[in-house]
Amino acid sequence: MKKTRVLQAALITCSLVFSAASHAGGASGAMLGNTCAGCHGTNGVSNGPAAPTIAGIDYDYMVEAMEEFKAGERNATIMTRIAKGYTDAEIEAMSEFFAGKKYVKAMQKYDAAAAKRGAKLHKKYCKNCHGDTGISTDKDDDSGVLGGQWKPYLNYTFADLKDGKRSMGKKMKKKMKNLQKAKGDAGVADLIEYYASQQ
Amino acid sequence: MSDFTRRKFLKAGIATAIAGASATYGGFVIGGASKKVVVVGGGIAGATAAKYIRMMDSSIDVTVIEANKDYYTCFMSNEVLSGERTLDSIKFGYSGLGKHGVNVVHDTVTGIDANKRVVKTAGGDSFKYDRCIVAPGIDFKWETIGGYDAKVAEGTPHAWKAGPQTATLRKQLEGMRDGGTFVIAPPPNPFRCPPGPYERVAQIAHYFQNNKPKSSILILDPKKKFSKFGLFKAGWKKHYGYNPDNPTGPGMIKWINSEAGGTVSSYDARSKTLTAKAGKFKGDVVNIIPAQKAGKIAFTAGLTNDKGWCPINGKTFESTIHKNIHVVGDACIAKPLPKSGYAANSEAKVCAAAVVALLQGEGAPTPSYVNTCYSIIAPGDGISVAMVYAYDEGAGKIIKVKGSGGLTPGKFDPVMREREQQYAYSWFNNITSDVFK
Ligand SMILES: Cc1cc2nc3c(=O)[nH]c(=O)nc-3n(C[C@H](O)[C@H](O)[C@H](O)COP(=O)(O)OP(=O)(O)OC[C@H]3O[C@@H](n4cnc5c(N)ncnc54)[C@H](O)[C@@H]3O)c2cc1C
Ligand code: HEC
Ligand code: HEC
Repeated sequence: MKKTRVLQAALITCSLVFSAASHAGGASGAMLGNTCAGCHGTNGVSNGPAAPTIAGIDYDYMVEAMEEFKAGERNATIMTRIAKGYTDAEIEAMSEFFAGKKYVKAMQKYDAAAAKRGAKLHKKYCKNCHGDTGISTDKDDDSGVLGGQWKPYLNYTFADLKDGKRSMGKKMKKKMKNLQKAKGDAGVADLIEYYASQQ
Repeated sequence: MSDFTRRKFLKAGIATAIAGASATYGGFVIGGASKKVVVVGGGIAGATAAKYIRMMDSSIDVTVIEANKDYYTCFMSNEVLSGERTLDSIKFGYSGLGKHGVNVVHDTVTGIDANKRVVKTAGGDSFKYDRCIVAPGIDFKWETIGGYDAKVAEGTPHAWKAGPQTATLRKQLEGMRDGGTFVIAPPPNPFRCPPGPYERVAQIAHYFQNNKPKSSILILDPKKKFSKFGLFKAGWKKHYGYNPDNPTGPGMIKWINSEAGGTVSSYDARSKTLTAKAGKFKGDVVNIIPAQKAGKIAFTAGLTNDKGWCPINGKTFESTIHKNIHVVGDACIAKPLPKSGYAANSEAKVCAAAVVALLQGEGAPTPSYVNTCYSIIAPGDGISVAMVYAYDEGAGKIIKVKGSGGLTPGKFDPVMREREQQYAYSWFNNITSDVFK
């Protein structure tokens, strides 16, 4: 009994905070974010097999991703069509909503031997900006989540990065190039297995 | 408990909750005074609304009254027809809603008293509500096709409500001889899932191609065009054989539209013969999807207009006919949103937020809605249509957000079409868990 009351109180407080936080007259981050759940899962936690989890996403990374989709600068099957429906203020509100949700790693199959090789590559080339396990905890990194993300999504993303259909920063580009030179596509495949092994 | 004391209680309840003070008021526990929402129909819209109300405010007492123990999604049921997936894979139960504290009652609602705010069931129970959400889905206008009714539909399925109907149609397709004809009669607008009949054609063509390649599909359509028109026609042509310039010419798929006399007026179940202006057509397997209207209870409760659908306020989904009753999903008029599962899920969340706010004595929040419909034409060929919607406060209606949405590009890109298929499956997993888990 006591527990439910505390919960009620917390909820009421929450809803006050939410409505106050919503930009003037517009839809709140929660209202906007709830419309995404059909494809990204409740609160942005995807059940796969391919759609990315966006719960716990880095705020700046998400704002940039949405703006890139909106401008048609990032290759996408559908997000370019979706993102065009929102103002900058709405994108900020929904990014705040998803950045505040708990990230849940995907449960999926992976190749343990490849993951082991991938771990080493991650440490060598990517860890600086993507955290120890592909999940950066440093807000200033502004990088996407790799560890525990759905494998098909990672496959598509790496293919787009390689084909230049998605841009990347200078430093990351250099690391990717070095990785390609040293290990080729097999190295990328190992990295993906490593990220998938984070569960 | 009289209305008066109940209300007084409620106010006290909220005040106590905010202050986080003692658990009782006047000797009663606060929990007994919570606001009551009764949801009629635990399909996509109803189950979503129930879950989200509880997520938004767990002090609200939410009861879902649903006729069936199991829910079979219509979406992906076309893949059951083609044998790409099992009927079990589209079956969902109600234990997930229970985890959110939703009371689930399996019974059929027979009446809603809008004045007394009471829902009555076939089982003889009554449920009092502060706000009621009606989400019964669709019913059929059986009278539009002579010789076709609920009884005949047991042998000649519509399969437009998934479950046993889907199983029957699948069985008939499996039993059909190679070289047979499958005749499908899609409904006139407006209806549940505008691309659905045409995805069904593609899925069954896929099954025939691999199992009964001499067979053909005839579409007898009361419309001139349909959703994702160009994409479907191109897809049929590419994968199965269809000639857009001569739609009744050679090729597995033939389409007779309304202008060519495709509107079916009657059906003879014994000879499996459909009559249209264009002639009489005999099928080996026949699938008739009749014209549609809101689910029966919407009529009983007096929530429908002369066209057979429920007019609502697009910001709250409250009926414009009866106060304190909201209608969501296929049964309501939410134009320009289509009658789809994605839309039903999206509408239900807008409704849930409005109901929570109204019960808390606040104004309904500014809504936002999305719709997407994926269709799978063939393995490796997924397509979609999407749109973002907003509420125009001045005009008092739901509008499309200019510049958003649209179709998968017409130019066939195998890499992106393959991704869309995988994302269609992701959508299925995510929406079903958003609704039922
Ligand atoms: C073949 C096909 C393919 C589809 N594909 C897609 C797709 O790819 N994407 C998409 O977005 N949509 C799709 N749809 C549409 C989607 O299934 C519907 O739009 C959606 O189910 C509507 O939800 P609803 O809650 O309004 O109705 P329903 O989901 O039908 O739920 C209504 C519920 O109410 C219950 N009920 C009715 N009356 C009573 C009563 N009196 N008492 C108690 N319970 C009652 C019923 O048992 C049912 O469970 C498809 C539909 C079909 C037929
Ligand atoms: C119809 C399904 C669908 C809907 C609806 C949808 N998304 Fe997406 N989203 C995708 C897919 C698929 C991708 C992968 C890119 C692509 O192919 O479009 C994606 C990618 C993303 C990404 C990039 C993730 C990353 O790690 O870089 C973000 C951010 C995102 N979506 C946010 C949203 C938000 C916010 C909404 C709601 C306003 C939304 N999406 C609605 C399907 C959807
Ligand atoms: C200098 C910092 C930096 C390094 C090093 C770096 N990245 Fe990134 N990475 C980023 C940033 C910032 C983003 C997000 C912005 C963007 O998309 O460009 C990103 C995004 C990504 C994405 C897209 C994430 C998504 O959710 O779609 C992938 C995949 C990725 N990086 C892989 C790698 C790999 C693999 C390496 C090592 C070979 C690497 N990165 C090294 C900074 C870096």
